[in-house]
Amino acid sequence: MVKQVKPDLDVRIGKLDLKNPVMVASGTFGYGEEFVDFIDLKKLGAIVTKTITVSPRLGNLPPRTCETPAGMLNSIGLENPGIDKFIAEKLPSLKKLDIPVIVSIASIEDPDEFTVLARQLDKIKEVSALELNISCPNLHKDKLISQDAKDTFELVSLVRKVTGKCLITKLSPNVISISEIALAAEAAGSDAVALINTLGGMSIDVDKRQPKIASWSGGLSGPAIRPVAVKMVWEAHNKIKIPIIGMGGIMDTQSALEFFIAGASAISVGTANFINPRASIEIISGLKAYMADNNMRNLSVLIGSLKACKD
Amino acid sequence: MRPAQIKAKIISNKRFKDSYWHLEFESRLIAESALPGQFVNIKVADGVEPLLRRPLSIHGTAGSRVRLFYEVVGAGTRLLSNRRVGEFLDVIGPLGNSFSLPGKLQGVKFQPPILVAGGMGAAPLVFLAKKIRSSRPLVLIGARTKSKLLCSREFKALGCQVKIATDDGSGGFKGRVTELLIQLLRQEISSVRGSAIYACGPRPMLKAVTKIACENNIDSQLSLEEHMACGIGACLGCVVATKSGYKRVCKDGPVFSGKELTW
Repeated sequence: MVKQVKPDLDVRIGKLDLKNPVMVASGTFGYGEEFVDFIDLKKLGAIVTKTITVSPRLGNLPPRTCETPAGMLNSIGLENPGIDKFIAEKLPSLKKLDIPVIVSIASIEDPDEFTVLARQLDKIKEVSALELNISCPNLHKDKLISQDAKDTFELVSLVRKVTGKCLITKLSPNVISISEIALAAEAAGSDAVALINTLGGMSIDVDKRQPKIASWSGGLSGPAIRPVAVKMVWEAHNKIKIPIIGMGGIMDTQSALEFFIAGASAISVGTANFINPRASIEIISGLKAYMADNNMRNLSVLIGSLKACKD
Repeated sequence: MRPAQIKAKIISNKRFKDSYWHLEFESRLIAESALPGQFVNIKVADGVEPLLRRPLSIHGTAGSRVRLFYEVVGAGTRLLSNRRVGEFLDVIGPLGNSFSLPGKLQGVKFQPPILVAGGMGAAPLVFLAKKIRSSRPLVLIGARTKSKLLCSREFKALGCQVKIATDDGSGGFKGRVTELLIQLLRQEISSVRGSAIYACGPRPMLKAVTKIACENNIDSQLSLEEHMACGIGACLGCVVATKSGYKRVCKDGPVFSGKELTW
């Protein structure tokens, strides 16, 4: 009789210990409350909140989303209640879940807004980590912070000075070299990188000759971008030492596995939450089954286990 | 009632006329808890094409069955029309808020409510008419032409008084259903004042209904249609402008008070 191993799914992301490597991506899960009817949130490895800014934001004009081949575009524009209301109204229920809460933060005008947010969140014990969203494509900027290695280094260094919390830097795929940006984040003291944010995209209604979303263009997500994301995780994994949280079109266990094999230490389920609210939970059990079938006792055997093609 | 994600067996899926279809699926949970105005979000096919679910309003319930009335307008609804009896549909529902029933509005009880249906907007209003049939609603149905008029037989079978309007005059009043509404309110001002107007249909029609209701000091409730990514309130994609900021059509709606909207 073959003795099956009992796989251990726990993983360490910088200063953060996760009981399993499956998180939900920022902007696709609200603050968790919309999903309580469908899943047991306590089973998640971590929750990454919708991005918070210093002041409340109304967000962009509707229509804000449209479907594309095997994907979707969105331009929500970081609609959020602002940090004070988030702490007062959204955080209490997240705290009760007893799972790591990763708060995504962004600046709108001045990079110093990041330090204002980080200082405020640094004081809250239940906030396990901060995700620096320096890659949102929907703020009508000519250039994102994460599209420049120097800007990325400076921003991460700035936040690093004001908080001891685990820092995750979320990067844009719209760059020439993802490893160059990931190296800059690492050098500035980021504990991990999250790869990838959405890809810039556009879709046109040819009858009206108008863009399908009011902000002209938006961020592309879903299975359509998965190969782009997997390659970027693999590229970064070959260059950096800090852990990678992989995301981009993960729909199920198979697609999640691609990211681990490419070098991700954890993954985030994003757009799939919209279609199958149970996707994240199904991936946790699917991952366990795959590891047991392949005699993997822990995740370190799986992470970055990619081999060259052979006949 | 909390929504659930279920696999529901298709009981029937038949073309009614032209591109209009009726679908019935089995779900005691949804059938017993659904309220008029609510919708279900359906994964029409396995796989990633199309990626997103399709939101469809609930047309009616009977026992443990849920009835949908839909128009084949694109790839998603075409795939739904190809689904066979006995297959299982991945359904999330019931979702969204619901119409406030008459009587709850300003305490007015004895005026007949007016239902205004434009095109496919008739679908959720049939469910509403069934729930409030004892108040003998007056139903106005509008369409471009007579052959596009929907659900008049169903409304009549429920005991509603039905009046129709066609843009080309091929049936009933010649003109828009909102022009018919104005005419009726002028004629019967004493008998309908204070009653509620419930409307579902294209956005220009809903805007006109809101204006007419406001001018006549009548409460209006409008069921909005919007492209949705999640349908459960998470993505903030389907928002509409209201006096208190953007609200989600899928979760805060799809039914909004005319007084609330600022479009």
